[in-house]
Amino acid sequence: MELIGKTNIDFIGMRKVSFIISGIIAITGLVGMIQMARGAANMGIDFSGGTAVQLKFTQAVHIDKAREALAKHGLKDASLQDIKEGNKLLVKVGKTTLATGKVADTIEDAFKKEIAGNQFVVESSTEIGPSVGDKLRKDTLTAIVISMIGIIIYIAWRFDFKFGVGATIATMHDVLAMFAVFYIMNKEINLLFITAVLTIAGYSLTDTVVVFDRIRENLHKNLKESMFNVFNKSINEVLSRTIVTSLTAFLAAVSLFFFGGEVIHDFALALVIGIAVGTYSSVFVASPIVSLWEEHGVKAKA
Amino acid sequence: MSKGFNWRFLLIVAFLLLSVVYMTPTLVSKLPSWWSGILPKEKIHLGLDLQGGSHLVMEVDTPKAVEGALDLIATDLEDSLTAQTLRFKHIAREGGDKVKLTLYDKATAETVQALIKKKYPEMDLLPPFEEGGFSVLQIRMNEKVAADRKDKSVSQALETIRNRIDQFGVSEPIIAREGLTNIVVQLPGIKDPKRAIELIGKTARLEFKLVDENVNPAIATPGSIPEDDELLMEKRTDQTTGAVTETPLVVKRKAIITGDLLTDAQVRIDSQFNQPYVAIDFNSTGARLFDQITAANVGKRFAIVLDNTIYSAPVIRERISGGSAQISGSFTDKDAADLAIVLRAGSLPAPVKIIQNVTVGPSLGQDSINKGLMAGLIGVGLVIIFMTIYYKVCGLVANYGMVLNIIFLMGALAALGATLTLPGIAAIVLLVGMSVDSNVLIFERIREELRLGKPPKAAVDAGYDKAFLTIMDSHVTTLITAAVLFQFGTGPVKGFAVSLSLGIIINLFTSLVATKVVFDFALNRMNVKRMSI
Repeated sequence: MELIGKTNIDFIGMRKVSFIISGIIAITGLVGMIQMARGAANMGIDFSGGTAVQLKFTQAVHIDKAREALAKHGLKDASLQDIKEGNKLLVKVGKTTLATGKVADTIEDAFKKEIAGNQFVVESSTEIGPSVGDKLRKDTLTAIVISMIGIIIYIAWRFDFKFGVGATIATMHDVLAMFAVFYIMNKEINLLFITAVLTIAGYSLTDTVVVFDRIRENLHKNLKESMFNVFNKSINEVLSRTIVTSLTAFLAAVSLFFFGGEVIHDFALALVIGIAVGTYSSVFVASPIVSLWEEHGVKAKA
Repeated sequence: MSKGFNWRFLLIVAFLLLSVVYMTPTLVSKLPSWWSGILPKEKIHLGLDLQGGSHLVMEVDTPKAVEGALDLIATDLEDSLTAQTLRFKHIAREGGDKVKLTLYDKATAETVQALIKKKYPEMDLLPPFEEGGFSVLQIRMNEKVAADRKDKSVSQALETIRNRIDQFGVSEPIIAREGLTNIVVQLPGIKDPKRAIELIGKTARLEFKLVDENVNPAIATPGSIPEDDELLMEKRTDQTTGAVTETPLVVKRKAIITGDLLTDAQVRIDSQFNQPYVAIDFNSTGARLFDQITAANVGKRFAIVLDNTIYSAPVIRERISGGSAQISGSFTDKDAADLAIVLRAGSLPAPVKIIQNVTVGPSLGQDSINKGLMAGLIGVGLVIIFMTIYYKVCGLVANYGMVLNIIFLMGALAALGATLTLPGIAAIVLLVGMSVDSNVLIFERIREELRLGKPPKAAVDAGYDKAFLTIMDSHVTTLITAAVLFQFGTGPVKGFAVSLSLGIIINLFTSLVATKVVFDFALNRMNVKRMSI
């Protein structure tokens, strides 16, 4: 079976549209990143420090009532999120004046007293001191920078500098797109999200490498053809495998998203977005950049 | 090209057998007796996020350990000067690194200087000076000694915590030092995390202090009491209502006996009131001191102070010799048991602060395992169906490669005794999708070669050859990020990185070698003439 037969799509010719779309995505992602750096985005407590407690009640709890109960105990800034399945409630409190270790107790006490008669169990409780959050943020930033540098060096060594830059820009584009979606959806940026981002940074290169490999092969074969034609031909030739490889990983990620449970729900969402965007970027971002650059080089020589 | 076909085939079978052997301890709950011996017993451990438990990071307040050491020196100097009838006005710790001695005259100052040099050669003696008609001496703990003291306090705290956890009874705890001041404690499967945390984090500094009966505690404020007194609270918890009452009490600042002099602490039940109490035994020094002090203070009260809170303040009715005493208070059985544990295990050399506490309840952990397995099975199912429809028989070959990949990965994880976390399960599910990718690249190449009119055998060989570099490239880039994640990630993320990178490496073998064997077999031995791709 074949999903796509022989195609002849002018991908490089669509670069104006794709660059505009990607530009918007990248800028949104950048805004999201800056907001995060400023602490204005929805940062997970592993980065910001604070307390998160997940409770499972026997009966449904109205979120406003829960908020009232917490406010009575000095936690009116708590953010609440109810998980539909199984009367679960996630309470998050950022940095407070209370000592580490006291917030979780306060939350439990508040519900015990104010919502009496509705038994609950603490499913998970996380408390992160501010110093830990700071260290984790620094470590994460270092991790992102190091892996990016590692990828650039590898691609530059395997292909050449122009391909290395093209692949890196495409990868950064994917990373920014994940930030953009999470920022717009106001999803929590936590350690798991960053893990997903780094995984995608490595994975989305697969598609780019497949395309680049073919471009390089065809560049050696067709010395006479125009640069744009070689690029277009190469992308069309590998289009079906680009889509099929993404599709299999996509299927796995989607099953994690739907069936993996609440703990990794957002993590799976990030993977799904990353895989989709990664496929798009290898065709519409990485290749046009390199083709423009190569074309420019050819013209300059002529 | 069936070069080394037998070898490759045997290698696959050998790996398969190894994986099954290594996985057995994980899958079989009770190993038969003949298994132990040479066969592996290492299991895949479940991370705290899957089996439930607490991950704690504690910071030892090391400057407090230095202060404590300086306080000890100050008390010791007081005692030695008194013993040698050298008069002094005041000796106390000053700031975080000095002890200040205020003496009445220069001559005494010189004698004391000589004494300090002999007693504390590692301390720096600052030049003496005059202040308001008094001779002032200052000794300072230099940075190297202080750093050493801090370092020791962390290792001491770690030992004490280990002791307490052992006595509390947690299976397979992990207690390790992290960095200069931190201690990481992992308590898998713990039922009552709050109680454990309280037990671990308690400084448990036990002191016996005389009550200053000359001051009325009801009107006393920290500013109004004599300089060598302090105002502490006596806490009582009503057993039935749970209400806590606090009564102020003024006690001498200097402790007459401390918890260091204990040899044992046990919970006993008071036969009269059916109330638990903690019976303590002193060592010989402690017993002698206790004997002397009780003899000298009959009719007065002494306070039993734990971490600056008074447990009880009984009246000394008679001289107590024999070296035993009891701490009674308003505790529950659990409180008394925990108190006995911390007293036996000894006090922490400095207070610890919990800077990170991640606790997952067992129900959520089980839920995560179930959902993770479910997602995995569905993911595998979807990929298998897709590959079979899209590549027909060749798709089945890719599926076989993928299943091998997962089995080998589980075997490798078990062999390494790795920890499986929820993100680790996610990595395996993701790997299901990624592991067939290599075969997709190969198959697409084969299709191209077939379209060019090559015979199946040549097309397969060319497909594997030409796709090889592309597969390597994509694997290396994923490995780079997985390695970085492993280096910088903690707990669950590390589990993700381990599963992903191992899986990717194994995938090179399963997708390039294991699937090729099937093609070689079909094309060479079975003489298959047409590819179903």
